[in-house]
Amino acid sequence: MEPRPSVIQTRLKDVNRVIAVASGKGGVGKSMVASNLALSLAKQGKKVGLLDLDLYGPSSHLILGFNPDGFPDEEHGIIPQEIHDIKFMSLVYFSEDKPGAFRGDDVTNIILELLAITRWDDLDYLILDLPPGIGDETLDVISYIPQTEFLVVTTPSKVAFGAVEKLLKILIEGKLPLLGVIENMTRDSSEYISKKVSKLNVSYLGYLSYDAQVEDAIGDPLKLLETNLSKDILKVSKKL
Amino acid sequence: MHEWALAESVIKSSIAAAEKENLKKITEINIRLGELQQIANDIFKFALNELVETYSDKFQDVKINIETEETELQCKQCNHTWQFKDMKNKLSADEAEAIHFIPEVAFVHTRCPKCGSPDFLIVKGRGVSVSSIKGIKE
Ligand SMILES: Nc1ncnc2c1ncn2[C@@H]1O[C@H](COP(=O)(O)OP(=O)(O)OP(=O)(O)O)[C@@H](O)[C@H]1O
Ligand SMILES: [Mg+2]
Ligand SMILES: [Zn+2]
Repeated sequence: MEPRPSVIQTRLKDVNRVIAVASGKGGVGKSMVASNLALSLAKQGKKVGLLDLDLYGPSSHLILGFNPDGFPDEEHGIIPQEIHDIKFMSLVYFSEDKPGAFRGDDVTNIILELLAITRWDDLDYLILDLPPGIGDETLDVISYIPQTEFLVVTTPSKVAFGAVEKLLKILIEGKLPLLGVIENMTRDSSEYISKKVSKLNVSYLGYLSYDAQVEDAIGDPLKLLETNLSKDILKVSKKL
Repeated sequence: MHEWALAESVIKSSIAAAEKENLKKITEINIRLGELQQIANDIFKFALNELVETYSDKFQDVKINIETEETELQCKQCNHTWQFKDMKNKLSADEAEAIHFIPEVAFVHTRCPKCGSPDFLIVKGRGVSVSSIKGIKE
C-alpha cells in the first residue's frame, strides 16, 4: 500500500487556493508568470507558497535569485525557506542543481514525496510552476490535488496555441477548475488568441507585453517588481 | 526530523484501509522501509508510537513490525544490477542526506557503476510502504 497520498490533503488543509501555471507549450513564460505572480501576491500582503514542479529544468529559483542555503529545516516534515515572503519548495534543495534523468514513475514519486512532507501551513495561494504538456507532472497534480485551479499560459503564436488548445480541451473534458488563459510576450495586439479562447468558453485574462527589461531583472525580485511585466501581472492577479 | 510526516502517512493510510475493510481496531501494521531512503528504524518507530497515541481509539495493542528492504538498482542501458549499499560510501554526506529526503535524487547524485548512465531503475527498496494491516471487526 502506498501511504503518501493519504496525507497530501492534510498538508494542504490550511491552503486556501492552489493555482497551477500550465501550458501545452514550452518556453511560453510559465515560470516567469508563476514567480512574478507569487511576488505580486506576496507584495499585496497575501500569504504565498511557490512549488516548482519542473523537475528536469527547475527555473523558479533562478528567476527569484534563490540559492538554497542547505536543506530545509525539519520539524514534523520539511519547512520551505522564504524568499521575499514566498515560501519556496523545489527539487533544487536536494539536487545541488545537478542534472538528473527521471522516468515517469520517478516523477510521480518525487511529486508524492514533496507533497507528503512539505509543511506549507497557512497560505492564501500555493502557486505551482508546471513543465509544459500533459505529462506525469500535470496528471499527478490533477489526481493528488484535485482542487487545483489551472492558469494557462500561451504566446500569441498559432503554433503555441495549437498545443495550448489541447491542454485546454483536456481540462474542459475533465471538468477541472480552469481560471483562464494569459497571453504572454505580446508584441503587436491581435485578437487571434482572445477569440480562440472565447470560442472554447474559457476566460481570456489578458495579455502580458513582451518586456525587454525582464532578462536583466532575472534573479532580482525587487527589479522584477519594477518591470512592465510585473505591472501587467498585477492586473491579471486582480482577476483571479 | 521529517520522518514524522511519513509516519503520519502510514498511520493515516492504515486507518483509511481499516475503515474500508470495516475493521473497528487495528492490531498490527507491517511496514517495509526501503534502504535507499535511509530511515532510521528507531526514529520512525518513535514517531509511529506517538501517532498511535494521537489516534488511540483506532488501535488496540497494536504491533508494529518494520522490515528493511535492500535496494536493488538496474541500469536501463547496460542491464547491470547493483545495490545501494555498495555505492553509499562513495557519496558525500550531503548527497546521502538529499537521497534520504527524496530517494529519486539518486538519479542526480549517482550513476550506473558499470557504464556511467543516469538511466537506471529502482527495482526495489525505495522508501516507505505498508505491506499489510490486521484488525478486529466488532
Ligand atoms: N513577457 C515577457 N517579456 C520578455 N521575456 C519574457 C516574457 N515572458 C517570458 N520571457 C522570457 O522567455 C523565456 C522563457 O520563459 P519561461 O522560462 O518562464 O518559460 P516556461 O514556459 O516556463 O518554459 P518551460 O516550458 O521550459 O518551463 C525566459 O527567458 C523569460 O525570461
Ligand atoms: Mg518553466
Ligand atoms: Zn549501465
